[in-house]
Amino acid sequence: MELTTVWFILIAVLWIGYFTLEGFDFGVGMLLPVLARDDRERRQLINTIGPVWDGNEVWLLTAGGATFAAFPEWYATLFSGFYLPLLLILLALIVRGLAFEYRHQRPEATWHSWWDRAIIVGSYVPALLWGVAFANIVRGVPIDETKDFTGTIFTLLNPFGLLGGIVTLLLFLTHGAMFIALKTDGDIRYRARALSVKLGLGAAVAAVVFLVWTQSMTGDAWSALVFAVAALALVAAIGIAGAGREGWAFIGTFVTIALAVAGLFVALFPDVMPSTTDAAYSLTTTNASATHYTLKVMTWVAVIFTPLVLLYQSWTYWVFRKRISIHHIPEPELEGVS
Amino acid sequence: MDSILDIARWQFGITTVYHFLFVPLTIGLTLLVAVMETLWVRTKQPAWLRLTRFFGKLMLINFAIGVVTGIVQEFQFGMNWSDYSRFVGDVFGAPLAVEALLAFFLESTFLGLWIFGWDKLPRGLHAGCMWIVHLGTLASSWFILAANSWMQHPVGYTYNPDTGRAELTDFWAVMFNKVQLVTFPHVILAAYMTAGAFVVGVCAWLYVSKRHQVDREVYRTGLRLGAAVALLAGLGVAISGDFQGKVMTEVQPMKMASAEALYDTEDSCAPFSLFTIGTPDGKSEKFSVTVPCVLSFLATGSFDGEVEGINDLRTQYREEYGQDPGAGYYDPSGDYSPVIPITYWTFRYMIGLGVLAATFSALILFLTRKGRAPTSRWFTRMAVATPILMLLGNSAGWIFTEMGRQPWVVFGLMNTSNGVSPGVSVTEAWISVISLTALYGFLAVIEVGLLLTYAKKGADPYREPPSPTLRGSDDDTDKPLAFAY
Ligand code: HDD
Ligand code: HEM
Ligand code: HEM
Repeated sequence: MELTTVWFILIAVLWIGYFTLEGFDFGVGMLLPVLARDDRERRQLINTIGPVWDGNEVWLLTAGGATFAAFPEWYATLFSGFYLPLLLILLALIVRGLAFEYRHQRPEATWHSWWDRAIIVGSYVPALLWGVAFANIVRGVPIDETKDFTGTIFTLLNPFGLLGGIVTLLLFLTHGAMFIALKTDGDIRYRARALSVKLGLGAAVAAVVFLVWTQSMTGDAWSALVFAVAALALVAAIGIAGAGREGWAFIGTFVTIALAVAGLFVALFPDVMPSTTDAAYSLTTTNASATHYTLKVMTWVAVIFTPLVLLYQSWTYWVFRKRISIHHIPEPELEGVS
Repeated sequence: MDSILDIARWQFGITTVYHFLFVPLTIGLTLLVAVMETLWVRTKQPAWLRLTRFFGKLMLINFAIGVVTGIVQEFQFGMNWSDYSRFVGDVFGAPLAVEALLAFFLESTFLGLWIFGWDKLPRGLHAGCMWIVHLGTLASSWFILAANSWMQHPVGYTYNPDTGRAELTDFWAVMFNKVQLVTFPHVILAAYMTAGAFVVGVCAWLYVSKRHQVDREVYRTGLRLGAAVALLAGLGVAISGDFQGKVMTEVQPMKMASAEALYDTEDSCAPFSLFTIGTPDGKSEKFSVTVPCVLSFLATGSFDGEVEGINDLRTQYREEYGQDPGAGYYDPSGDYSPVIPITYWTFRYMIGLGVLAATFSALILFLTRKGRAPTSRWFTRMAVATPILMLLGNSAGWIFTEMGRQPWVVFGLMNTSNGVSPGVSVTEAWISVISLTALYGFLAVIEVGLLLTYAKKGADPYREPPSPTLRGSDDDTDKPLAFAY
């Protein structure tokens, strides 16, 4: 296989890692005002992802860095083209990340509620905008002969793009609810489970419309197959959640998100960013790629270190495998803070 | 400021210098906290655990901002500097990607384990997590500095006229660029020095504070560790800086000439000016204090070495790069020299502030010898000033390094003005720089507030950490977590 194809696949894998992992982090953040009834429950929810959210976010940094290294033209066109949505995502990730670390540092209720807002908004915005961005990548955007994006922010806000955003939003909400049901104990666990079924049905409807639309636009037999399995996994996850098997249900949404992203990449290939101006200006895995030598170096690094990363990341999930219930939340540590 | 170039430059300067206020503290404090915790595991002295927890807390408050501002760094090359990214991506992208894969995963995962793992990991392993986080910070610095060093002195690449970009030919040459080999120790030692100064400052302040009299011995212990690190690392910073000066003179002689505002070549024994009053561009001086021959020594290692001046270098660069500097990118109307007052003063601030911080650390150590607790207001002021001086010194060093490279973004290959994104509008760029700067400013206020609150609160009383179990046994199902957000 061409190294450019290998790297196209690896970048797909990195985005899959990002959306499956940070997807439930976003879900937990978005469900904060819905599922938690008081400060203690909010802390219960936040602590389900406390030790892992930063590691999950690094999948994004790696996807970004790998795109820069393996497909510099794609990195340049995409990030300068999708400027404002990306800026919004960055601002959201900044306040959200800080909120996890700073929320518990002071005792005042107003302090908590401001950081709660940062978590909620900071989770909704990227959950929506990543979908808008990916839908537009697959759909194609105006790109000129110098490989620069020539549209504006409104080019990106088309019906297909917005639907893509709604799909990721609903999928992450469902995924988050499944995760909470899996990681908590007590009352909130059952509320999350019930909610996950409802959210899952909404997500299923939106996702099927979106996937069929994508398929009719750019897909081939392979992407149709992947999308079909993704949809089945989601339906199965909803059923399993209803039956109370939280672990399997979570694996179900995990697989759904992984396959949906995989399907988008399959539909995209061999383009990485199709041009709607003229198909000849489309960025492809070959005309956007780095040199063979760079890809070779990067392949070695990836082959050696990715398994290691997976190993120790899995280990943390194992260390923190216990469900968190309301009595596990210690008293605030802050007496004496003036 | 109506061009995208100016806005993008301001944004890069603001966001990067801001990121680098937090980075050195993180690099240095992870080391110091790892040392403190290891000492506790070894000696079982309560003071070390209390210091571990105390500085661990401050480190985490600092770390959080370092992380979130780093994300902006990763993406703004593509957003604001897309032509730069196209030109260098083949060479420059690799270290960035490797940094994320090797370093960021390590840092974030093991920091999570450290924060939440007090009751889950055996003692030694818990301390080990902090050591791994520290290794992660070193790895992250290595790769990003390799990328930056390549911009200062491109190696291991060829220019491909067909694709119009620089292409990687030798990854190891980029990793072990001679600029990288002198930059890495300098930056890391400066980071250790910064964290040492931070520990000295905080502990000195608590040591003499009336509210914390009972714990004086704890802070004295911390103070001495911090001072040892600050002074030793300070020595290393000066030595490595001296090496850097020589390499810099070799690869970017214009930067050294600009550091000194030396317009005419000095054949031998070039003087180093400590201070000058004159026109801002340094062309005519009214008054200056100089030390003979020191510049020659800094630049060449010999007191009577020749140092080339700005004017000669400019003529030389015009001949070399005037027509077609490989990429055909340079605008020949430019004059190949950076903004002299900035390079002149930032170079002096870097060294001066660092020397001052080292002096203060030594003085604090001296004034607190044999259990003395000074009471003068000057002592507390000194304690507060020491870490701040180091942070300013770091920023000055970077502003010097980056501004001194101008007008190049990649030395000899690409001009800064050719790196910006052609497709981004001025409005978009304004929205970005304003929103980021406003948010950063706001976050700085919050972070400083938190740091002060927790620094003033002092170390928590000694509490034996819960006994750790890796097998989540059933008898502790209802016990609260050792730590939770
Ligand atoms: C506060 C910390 C600090 C202190 C006390 C010093 N430096 Fe420094 N210096 C830095 C912090 C720093 C830095 C921020 O870390 C820089 C920016 C880029 C780099 O490589 O390190 C830097 C850059 C830098 C450069 C530019 C390298 C280049 O552009 O290629 C030189 C020549 C020196 N330093 C030399 C010195 C000397 C001779 C010092 C004398 C004692 C010194 N520095 C003290
Ligand atoms: C922490 C490390 C760094 C610091 C503190 C730093 C600092 C700065 C500063 C202060 C400027 C503004 C200079 C000016 O306006 O003339 C600047 C410009 C720039 N730096 Fe760096 N820099 C760092 C690392 C890097 C790295 C790793 C890159 C890699 C690409 C880089 C690329 C640039 C670019 C593209 C510009 C814009 C050109 C310019 O405005 O001069 N910098 N940097
Ligand atoms: C302009 C270039 C830079 C980029 C693109 C960049 C990127 C990043 C990113 C994305 C993070 C967050 C990682 C996470 O989520 O855990 C980060 C943090 C970090 N960066 Fe930077 N960085 C730059 C400059 C530097 C320099 C010059 C150094 C060191 C000399 C450095 C050292 C670190 C360290 C030690 C951390 C982790 C600790 C912390 O977040 O405070 N960075 N950086």
